[in-house]
Amino acid sequence: MTDTPATAAPGSTHAPAQSVGTQVLGYAVGLVLAVALTGISFFLPHSALIWAPGVPIGLVVLAVAQMGVHLVFFLHLNTGPDSTNTVLALAFGLLIVFLIIAGSLFIMSHLNHMMPPMDQVMRMQR
Amino acid sequence: MSLAAATADDPNALGHQPDADAGGVANQRIIVGYGFWIFLVSDIVMFAAFFAAYAVLSDATAGGPAGRQLFDLKTTAIETACLLLSSFTCGLATIAAHVERRGWFQAAMAATFVLGATFIGLEVHELAGLVAGGNGPQRSGFLSAFFALVGCHGLHVTLGLLWLSTMMAQVVAKGFRDDILRRILCFSLFWHALDIIWVALFTVVYLIGSIT
Repeated sequence: MTDTPATAAPGSTHAPAQSVGTQVLGYAVGLVLAVALTGISFFLPHSALIWAPGVPIGLVVLAVAQMGVHLVFFLHLNTGPDSTNTVLALAFGLLIVFLIIAGSLFIMSHLNHMMPPMDQVMRMQR
Repeated sequence: MSLAAATADDPNALGHQPDADAGGVANQRIIVGYGFWIFLVSDIVMFAAFFAAYAVLSDATAGGPAGRQLFDLKTTAIETACLLLSSFTCGLATIAAHVERRGWFQAAMAATFVLGATFIGLEVHELAGLVAGGNGPQRSGFLSAFFALVGCHGLHVTLGLLWLSTMMAQVVAKGFRDDILRRILCFSLFWHALDIIWVALFTVVYLIGSIT
């Protein structure tokens, strides 16, 4: 490869064209970032740092950020040509994940909303 | 992917470099990694279904305890630390495999195994404690979804440990052959993906569960 990416793509060339120190450094940076994000996640619920009803959203944002860190530093996802197909497959997977989770939540909350109270159901069955 | 036959005057090959060691198609390492990546994405989609079930059922406690009463965040924090560190040592093992250093590879894999086994031990202890306290999966819809989701992840980690030990044995028996290196690559992808799923799991189930 002429433009060697900073990290090797999943399943790239046999021996990444980097020194061992550089590779270890990559994983170490990923570990430090992940530990920091995890630490903030565990610290956040017990602190008055942000408005209490916003804590779940803050936690989700931190989790998404940490998943990004894992993808880049541990799974070596990058913008190099070797990663194009993996990124596309992941994007498709994320679309399905979004449809499953958001769709389930939407349909089930809608059903719960439309469900008549239980005593009314009992009366209708008589 | 990049074609070896691609020439400078072929507009479709712009931005693609021909592979040095491949005749026509991308090298086997890229193909194997991509195929395993497809499996991982399908696995993530399956976990999404379990997450959706949990999200729908998380309020269905049937008068029983909710997550706030059940979860011990200290255990979760230790579990998270174990899995995070094991991801790091797994990365070190793949680096050692690339440079064919058997000692470092086996040490890093052993460390990964110990951390993964600690994670599983803590998780089994936690789930067994819930069952013993009468809060097993049959208690409520919330606990059914919780046991299914956490149990499924735990099962994946257990299978990962099994795979890890076979990789250690294969390196002892066969050395760093090309096919063994590809298996190590797939194992590391699997292990890192499990860590990503755990990030979603401890956030959605344990942290958000403990404040709502």
